[in-house]
Amino acid sequence: MNAIALVKHVPDTAQLSSALDGLKLMAEGPRIINPWDEYAVEECLKLREAHGGQVTVLSLGPAQATEALKQGLAMGADQAVLVSDPAFEGGDTLGTARALAAAITKLGTWDIVIAGRSALDGDTAQTAIQVAALLGVPQLTYVAHIREINFEAQTISVERMLEGGREVLTSRLPCVVSVVKEINEPRYPSFMGIRKAAKASIPAWTAADLNLDPATVGAAASGVSWAEVSLPPAREGACQIITGDTPEAMAAALVDKLMAEKII
Amino acid sequence: MDFELSEEHQMIRRMVRDFVEREIAPRADKIDESDEFPWDIFHRMAELGLLGMPFPEEYGGSGGDYLGLVIALEEVARASGSVAITFDAHTSLCCEPLYLFGTQEQKRKYLIPLARGEKIGAFGLTEPQAGSDAGATATRAIRDGDKWVLNGQKIFITNGSIADLVLVTAKTDPEKGTRGISAFIVEKGTPGFHQGRDEKKMGLKGSVTSELFFEDCRIPAENLLGDQNEGFKQFLVTLDAGRVAIAAMATGLAQGAFEKAVAYARERVQFGQAIARFQAIQWMIAEMATEIEAARLLVYRAAWLKEQGAQFTKEASMAKLFATETSERVCRKAIQIHGGYGYVREYEVERMYRDQRLCAIGEGTNEIQRLVIARHVLGK
Ligand SMILES: Cc1cc2nc3c(=O)[nH]c(=O)nc-3n(C[C@H](O)[C@H](O)[C@H](O)COP(=O)(O)OP(=O)(O)OC[C@H]3O[C@@H](n4cnc5c(N)ncnc54)[C@H](O)[C@@H]3O)c2cc1C
Ligand SMILES: Cc1cc2nc3c(=O)[nH]c(=O)nc-3n(C[C@H](O)[C@H](O)[C@H](O)COP(=O)(O)OP(=O)(O)OC[C@H]3O[C@@H](n4cnc5c(N)ncnc54)[C@H](O)[C@@H]3O)c2cc1C
Repeated sequence: MNAIALVKHVPDTAQLSSALDGLKLMAEGPRIINPWDEYAVEECLKLREAHGGQVTVLSLGPAQATEALKQGLAMGADQAVLVSDPAFEGGDTLGTARALAAAITKLGTWDIVIAGRSALDGDTAQTAIQVAALLGVPQLTYVAHIREINFEAQTISVERMLEGGREVLTSRLPCVVSVVKEINEPRYPSFMGIRKAAKASIPAWTAADLNLDPATVGAAASGVSWAEVSLPPAREGACQIITGDTPEAMAAALVDKLMAEKII
Repeated sequence: MDFELSEEHQMIRRMVRDFVEREIAPRADKIDESDEFPWDIFHRMAELGLLGMPFPEEYGGSGGDYLGLVIALEEVARASGSVAITFDAHTSLCCEPLYLFGTQEQKRKYLIPLARGEKIGAFGLTEPQAGSDAGATATRAIRDGDKWVLNGQKIFITNGSIADLVLVTAKTDPEKGTRGISAFIVEKGTPGFHQGRDEKKMGLKGSVTSELFFEDCRIPAENLLGDQNEGFKQFLVTLDAGRVAIAAMATGLAQGAFEKAVAYARERVQFGQAIARFQAIQWMIAEMATEIEAARLLVYRAAWLKEQGAQFTKEASMAKLFATETSERVCRKAIQIHGGYGYVREYEVERMYRDQRLCAIGEGTNEIQRLVIARHVLGK
């Protein structure tokens, strides 16, 4: 069994504050592994525990993104690969997916690619779908549970999380899966994993290593461009204290107001 | 010179912080209020390999180092002083001397289950008449054939009543003074060993602080820790490391209170603006930030010296003195910044203030730390 987890290094939005707004945070703030991608790594590790084989973590980003890969190694992944080249900068999701798909192909035979449902920053939820399309394999998104997986027969059956319920799908392998947080509980890195990860030297593959024409990736090839990124307008909030002689009177006054505002 | 933590230490911090935020912080208030030892958290820490962090894998440890332990203690204390002191007493006061002074057989038999967290340990030095003057130990151990017979009492022992195993000091050669003290390993359930009542405390309420009694308690001769009459030296060495650990705990408590104060100052509006905009509040925050940074540097340096195998007695005392007085000042200011909300339970800084108070007393009072530092500066 060969499983590949896609992990993205994203700004740590928990650090958002008046001193570190979203734009500054994206540019220079502290970064973490995309939270959904920890679930992707965990699911790969669980597959390895049940079926043996190898888990690879793969990320596209600048050198700093090795931190996300090291987190994957510390959790227990067998190997990590960074895809990194100035040529990838400013790329849209399709450019990113092209580079990731090329790296997956270069890794050799594989059974399953697992990604997070979406990234904390870009939040398009497109990357995994585009990777699947480029590789010409089925995609199973928003997976909350793998019911059955058979690497001999090369089949998989999953539950997808829908708004009002769950959908059961079966597919052939290899395929690309994106997962939601309901699927598992990611483990903490172990001390042995941390030591291994701290010492690991992670290969960085460039566009040339992947035989990618720089014109097909990065800003050069982006169909979608970011015209502007701005902060949402500040919310105007007004606070009103309801007064009254008794709790009952205060509650009644509150209900009147809420009804007048058509909230209830 | 390099002030950066290694990648390994940074990853340890991230891992412990993640664990603490998810599994300890949400319960820290309940642990304080219920005054109950959180066994499930202890067991989780065991599973994650935290309790045996600095010891080699062959002894059930995680193969890390003392700086890693100090970082972990700091992170745990940032959320809960009670869990931190339990961890400190178990790992740095009980496992550490077993590792440093135990025979191969003692390490195999006792350190392995302790480091794995299958058992919980305690360190019993303090007695009713022997606090700062630990050499005044009245507990007696007399050799009788292949047994040692212990008689005496210990007080204020962290993890005392719940421990599976305690290390205790006793006089083996009373006429030799501090050179006549030895340390022993006593297992729970040994006839004549009574684990007494727990103290009601100002803070650290989820931790256990107990009396221990020995009445003709007969333990096997091989339960003498290391060599006879080396007990006093052994616990001085143990306390050097323990002081760095309690200093880390104080730093973590200060950091926790500081973060709460900063968040509150940004949000609390008075006179039409966030109180963080008042210079009086800014000065407090600047002082808190600076002192925590200085405390942390002293703590890490002392841990680093220990790791290098260098002398670090003075540095351990300095770190302990400064970090524990920093935690007092920082937690006081954190309450001040919260105003009346700081004095009520809901806002947590009140608990941190109570919890940190022990740090200036335990593992040698701060007066004793000043004495140690002055002796190093002035000579004996
Ligand atoms: C400097 C910069 C400039 C950019 N310029 C543009 C631009 O001009 N136009 C534009 O459209 N977009 C641009 N982007 C956004 C970029 O294309 C997306 O961040 C990227 O394609 C991933 O999309 P997403 O964040 O929506 O992730 P999603 O599609 O929401 O992520 C889903 C899952 O895919 C996987 N995944 C996503 N990204 C990666 C990755 N890098 N490595 C490994 N796995 C991954 C993860 O498993 C993740 O959970 C830019 C980004 C940067 C940093
Ligand atoms: C919550 C808690 C947990 C503890 N855990 C443990 C444990 O796990 N194991 C253990 O063995 N002990 C433990 N202790 C005991 C602790 O180490 C002692 O309380 C401490 O060493 C002080 O001893 P004492 O209380 O007898 O005070 P005393 O020694 O009586 O001190 C009283 C005062 O006199 C001062 N003083 C004493 N001698 C001098 C001097 N020479 N010069 C100047 N001033 C001096 C002290 O600084 C202090 O201000 C714990 C205590 C508490 C409260």
